[in-house]
Amino acid sequence: MSQALQYAFSGVTMGAIYAVVAIGFNLVYSTTGILNFAQGEFVMLGGMIAVTYSRFMPLPVAIAAAVATTAAVAALIEAGFIRRLKRHTLLHMIIVTIGLSIVIREAALLIWDEKVRSLPFFTGTESSSVRVFGAAISPQTLWVLGTVFAIVAVLHVFFRFSLKGKAMRACSANPQAAMLCGINTSNMRTLTFAVSGALGALAGCVISPMTMSQYDMGTSLAIKGFAAAMLGGLGNPMAGVAGGLIVGLAEAFSVSVLPAAYKDAVAFALLLCALFVKPHGLFPERGSIAREA
Amino acid sequence: MLRIRNLRCGYGNLEVVHGASLHVERGEIVGLIGANGAGKTSLLNAIMGLLPPREGSIELDGVSIARQPVWHGVAHSLVLVPEGRQLFSAMTVADNLLMGGYRNPDRDQAIAQALDRFPRLRERWRQPAGTLSGGEQQMLAIARALVARPRLLLLDEPSMGLAPLMVKEVFEVIAELRRKGVTVFLVEQNAMAAFGVTDRVYVLETGDIVMEGRPDDLLHNPEVKRAYLGKGFRNVWE
Ligand SMILES: Nc1ncnc2c1ncn2[C@@H]1O[C@H](COP(=O)(O)OP(=O)(O)OP(=O)(O)O)[C@@H](O)[C@H]1O
Ligand SMILES: [Mg+2]
Repeated sequence: MSQALQYAFSGVTMGAIYAVVAIGFNLVYSTTGILNFAQGEFVMLGGMIAVTYSRFMPLPVAIAAAVATTAAVAALIEAGFIRRLKRHTLLHMIIVTIGLSIVIREAALLIWDEKVRSLPFFTGTESSSVRVFGAAISPQTLWVLGTVFAIVAVLHVFFRFSLKGKAMRACSANPQAAMLCGINTSNMRTLTFAVSGALGALAGCVISPMTMSQYDMGTSLAIKGFAAAMLGGLGNPMAGVAGGLIVGLAEAFSVSVLPAAYKDAVAFALLLCALFVKPHGLFPERGSIAREA
Repeated sequence: MLRIRNLRCGYGNLEVVHGASLHVERGEIVGLIGANGAGKTSLLNAIMGLLPPREGSIELDGVSIARQPVWHGVAHSLVLVPEGRQLFSAMTVADNLLMGGYRNPDRDQAIAQALDRFPRLRERWRQPAGTLSGGEQQMLAIARALVARPRLLLLDEPSMGLAPLMVKEVFEVIAELRRKGVTVFLVEQNAMAAFGVTDRVYVLETGDIVMEGRPDDLLHNPEVKRAYLGKGFRNVWE
């Protein structure tokens, strides 16, 4: 029982991170039509930059600055590069963003080398834990879950109540009509990249004390986040949360029946099964974020 | 207010507007009629900046607006009610109107006025735009454009697919706009209805402006009669 609970907590924690990556995938996909496989690199960048910054400033400031820096990098990628590509197809852009993720990873290797780093635990230490029904959870788990919950809540309010958020939904529902309303749709696309960069970076910071940060952690996150996004239904940000939790839990529980080496394959197996049974995801997009997050 | 000279535009290798020139003066209501595929929508899209012109000039108040981003025109009160309404169908009536006022700092007031003009929309306030009837959707499309406070309003076949009573309502709105000092450029296939509200009309045929005149004069032009008014028109008109 407490063993199962332990798995469940670790599954939910990783699942929450996949969920954030999935939300990023969906946000960018619904406003730009691009599947951004560099999404996982934002998580890596957030963690790595925060580790570096934290040598010069207090932890909360370092995290905020790392999130801002990553958002700026993401915005720059869109405004400086992706925007300039003419007439792209979905497949083109997948290749381009995979290329981008390789570039970012190599740049990270140059800047930070191969060493594994991590941020300190936000509260307590590695050994401090809270007991819940006999399972030991690290306080950092609560930080992760709290942060992801806050991200989802803030996004929900943003899309539902703010002018900018509604404009973003309008862009995703009908870009031409959005332009005709006076919305600067190119800037909206840049903003979407910035937001998804910021979300990824924040996830990278809260997870760093538990799973460590390393230059090459982005790839598997991108793939699992993508699996989560597809599971939930591409284009529907909040459905990515469900997808992320499913992938995270499946992965965590797989350890009890499969050799741990197969853990990474679980997400793919799940993705493939889901695509056979429900090709449009569990919660099909229905007008994507326009539908209301 | 709007002056277009020798405008050419098209898609890929296909040119659909072959050097059109026209102008719309402040306070005027000018019509553009033409058959399906004549290039009317393409012309409007070129004015808005949705379709880049290949040649020629487009000036708003003497300033060139060719190749400007679409939002730029909207910020200068050049607004289009597009063909097929193009509402945000999953979003509420309220949010559609809000988006219409995206560039208008006085959007709350403009929305209130639009609701006074179209009380039906107030009843449908929280309903997704896609669930409105065709007539209500057209009203919403026009209201959304009005919330942007246009000085020059372009309308692309606002009467398309509407019952006669709704058509009448649409043209009443256009007549009111004149009293408010809004300049209107109206694309219509319903030539009869267009003649009723316009000061001047252009005729576009396969990408060329072939005629320009006052509605009264065009009405008696045998060419126009044959091509755009059909046999039964006299009965309707008289
Ligand atoms: N996106 C497009 N790509 C290629 N060709 C197009 C496109 N849009 C329009 N056309 C072509 O351009 C020509 C003019 O089309 P346009 O829509 O401007 O005509 P229209 O006068 O508005 O017709 P209607 O009265 O049916 O709305 C048509 O032959 C059409 O097939
Ligand atoms: Mg048309």
